[in-house]
Amino acid sequence: MKIEMTHLRQLEAESIHIIREVAAEFENPVMLYSIGKDSAVMLHLAKKAFYPSKIPFPLMHVDTTWKFREMIEFREKMRKEYDFDLLVYTNQEGASQGINPFDHGSALYTDIMKTEGLKQGLDKYKFDAAFGGARRDEEKSRAKERIFSFRSENHRWDPKSQRPELWNLYNAKVKPGESIRSFPLSNWTELDIWQYIYLEEIPIVPLYYAKVRPVVERDGMLILIDDDRIKLAPGEEAQMKSVRFRTLGCYPLTAAVESDAATLPEIIQEMLLTRTSERQGRLIDHDSAGSMEKKKQEGYF
Amino acid sequence: MAHQSDLIAEDIAAYLKTQEQKQILRFITCGSVDDGKSTLIGRLLWDSKMVFEDQLAALEVDSKKVGTQGEEIDYALLLDGLQAEREQGITIDVAYRYFSTDKRKFIVADTPGHEQYTRNMVTGASTAEVAIILIDARKGVLTQSRRHSYLTSLVGIRKIVLAINKMDLVDYAEDRYQEIIAEYKEFAAELGFEEICCIPISALKGDNIIKASERTPWYQGPTLMHHLEHVEITDNALSKPFRMRVQWVNRPNLDFRGFSGTIASGIVKPGDTVVVPSSGQTSKVARIVTMDGDLEEAVAGQAITITLEDEIDISRGDMLCCPEKRPSFADQFEAHVVWMHEDALLPGRSYLIKAGSATAPAQVSALKHKVNVNTLQREPGKTLELNEVGICNISLTKPISFDPYQENRSTGNFILIDRFTNATVGAGMIDFALRRATNIHWQSIDINKQSRAEMNDQQPKVLWFTGLSGAGKSTIANLVEKKLHSLGKRTYLLDGDNVRHGLNRDLGFTDADRVENIRRIAETARLFVDAGMIVLTSFISPFKSERRLARELLEEGEFVEIFVNTPLEICEVRDPKGLYKKARAGELPNFTGIDSDYEPPENPEIEVEAGTRSADDIAEEIVAKII
Repeated sequence: MKIEMTHLRQLEAESIHIIREVAAEFENPVMLYSIGKDSAVMLHLAKKAFYPSKIPFPLMHVDTTWKFREMIEFREKMRKEYDFDLLVYTNQEGASQGINPFDHGSALYTDIMKTEGLKQGLDKYKFDAAFGGARRDEEKSRAKERIFSFRSENHRWDPKSQRPELWNLYNAKVKPGESIRSFPLSNWTELDIWQYIYLEEIPIVPLYYAKVRPVVERDGMLILIDDDRIKLAPGEEAQMKSVRFRTLGCYPLTAAVESDAATLPEIIQEMLLTRTSERQGRLIDHDSAGSMEKKKQEGYF
Repeated sequence: MAHQSDLIAEDIAAYLKTQEQKQILRFITCGSVDDGKSTLIGRLLWDSKMVFEDQLAALEVDSKKVGTQGEEIDYALLLDGLQAEREQGITIDVAYRYFSTDKRKFIVADTPGHEQYTRNMVTGASTAEVAIILIDARKGVLTQSRRHSYLTSLVGIRKIVLAINKMDLVDYAEDRYQEIIAEYKEFAAELGFEEICCIPISALKGDNIIKASERTPWYQGPTLMHHLEHVEITDNALSKPFRMRVQWVNRPNLDFRGFSGTIASGIVKPGDTVVVPSSGQTSKVARIVTMDGDLEEAVAGQAITITLEDEIDISRGDMLCCPEKRPSFADQFEAHVVWMHEDALLPGRSYLIKAGSATAPAQVSALKHKVNVNTLQREPGKTLELNEVGICNISLTKPISFDPYQENRSTGNFILIDRFTNATVGAGMIDFALRRATNIHWQSIDINKQSRAEMNDQQPKVLWFTGLSGAGKSTIANLVEKKLHSLGKRTYLLDGDNVRHGLNRDLGFTDADRVENIRRIAETARLFVDAGMIVLTSFISPFKSERRLARELLEEGEFVEIFVNTPLEICEVRDPKGLYKKARAGELPNFTGIDSDYEPPENPEIEVEAGTRSADDIAEEIVAKII
């Protein structure tokens, strides 16, 4: 007798197990929804985990007000298609002070609008567990991240006080104010994510597909001119190029890659033949060595 | 990447089709600090082309800055994730790495090799199917190699790769290689491995990793990568009896009641009869529901939702099982426990056990012996310290379903959680159910607690006095007992004098003994309550968890915690038995308040300030509150 599960089906089943475990053990969980491809897979898995029931927890999007316009349109479309409760949270204080990535630099902006915004959102609704779509293969400091990652009352991650995780047993016990960040996609790689999207025909934001779009070259990166808040410096000029995005975030901080890959198989093909990792397109990682580790300790996802 | 590059470029759709049939292999690498473990994994990632150009650029810079290989690339730097570790030059936790070839996707648990990190190795090995044990060809089989092999076998891994590394440093000498293998096989004979595949390698130079090395012409076996791609995954969970623990009850509306969970072992089909051991009830599987449609059959590893033909009572933690081959259902079992926390395991202390989706309070009722992980010898012990392995009897407050771990890896494991810090403190593998638990059923006798209480015309309870030495507990408890007695109540006082000299005279004052002391007192108090008595106990009882244990032995309202709150300074001035003086002089170790903690109650039923008021006043107040 030999009925072996393929690697995608095994990853799928393990993620569903994790998602159900969180829903069963916590009083007030939330799924952080970033609208990107990993979030799309996570949402799809949540739908599968509870079918025919509705997803029994809300999704929260921390809106920095600098997301690509197509991301927000896509979010609203998904809300109808997948039938989930959506909370949108923005750090109003930061927004009213006009904190933006151009004038304040990526580090300060990310800290206030993303990390701080996330913490405020989690505090406001008193969530005791939050799903994130991070994968261990993304970055070195993530390789040791737990599937249930313990956070103190002020959302801090302490690499030394993480709980050992054995088999498929996850310790969900927290005191009031403390919380768990749960990463059901921990064992997926970028290739797995794309293969699964392909296999399951999961909708993703059109920005992942190549198209001729207006961009400006800045510090060696191609930045999309998504709205008129981006000001061109002397010497800079808008160009029309066939580009796509390997990762999505805030448009001024997310670099496009030149590409003609306009279908899923072409994207996967390009990914397999390429020689740079996806986080290369995220400006936040380049600040200093171990920058992701520092950000995580402060409460970033 | 090590994929069929031509096919990717020419026919991506055909390529994707072939990729859908891949399987996952999880393996762990174990080695001592300098065995070249990180270098080996770095090499596997490198040679399977999982390293991107930007990572390569960073690696070159890092190799020059902190590398240990001179001008050459230090592959180990690909792996060491956290900054602190990179600076110390050692890996200090479990990290997971991913790479894939055309045959398989690999998940590697990378764990450190030092003495103090048994915890991490067991964690990494718990999900692995294969272990690579690295041996430095110059050093041969070390104590650590034995430890790694024992732990590997303990967590149920049956396939071993013995990688003799650094062959370049012994001139690729076959006799050295054979010598090491012989020594290893002799030692490993008792560990029950099914297969030991030996490969001479050099992680640094790449010999026999991907390509067969020309420098070991005497070696005819597979390369490491070839072996990993082809080793049979012996997960025979499919051929075992059906088991599924219910994680979540799926109730979208009144017409649908499904039980969601991951199949731990076996196969299930609609029409199969299943039993729930906790109630003994059976029913038939009506549907296997998934978002992709109902299934004709589901197998171990799949996450599904089952509906049954009958309405039977099932909740999270229950197990759906094959009725012909039922699991054990018991509240006591023997298990191998690996301790994972700085605070030692204390027999008698109440922990939470999590076994699958079932969670229950549990205590280690006996630590039978410890296993020295280096020599495999049995050793006696009263507690288990961090990284120690012990054989324990565990008793739970309610029975759960399980199988012996050696028979079923998925249904025989558990973790222990500290009830105050919530830390995961232990991991366990069940050996067998203790039949005592199933055979000694509580005899239901006609005369019960209630009838005894009625005869005594009182509400039986425990007045649990807690507080520092010299706080006034015994004085107050004595006065309370006198007053109750004069009111016609039937009482009994348990204190140090009548307990320490008899029932507990074998116990000292270590933390472990203090826990056991209180456990026995709590059990004794419970018997007296059962007999319809009002029991007064007067002990320091410094730990919250033991007081909670006592509380949980009794029914709601029967446990009255009385905190005699007297400041330490006053107790020390009173010092009725001269104990504080001795403790301060260092003659009395582990003295509460001096060099051992007192954990004050958070919500005692009664709290009395005994520093200033008279003992008689306080006793009056307590009697008024409880009668």
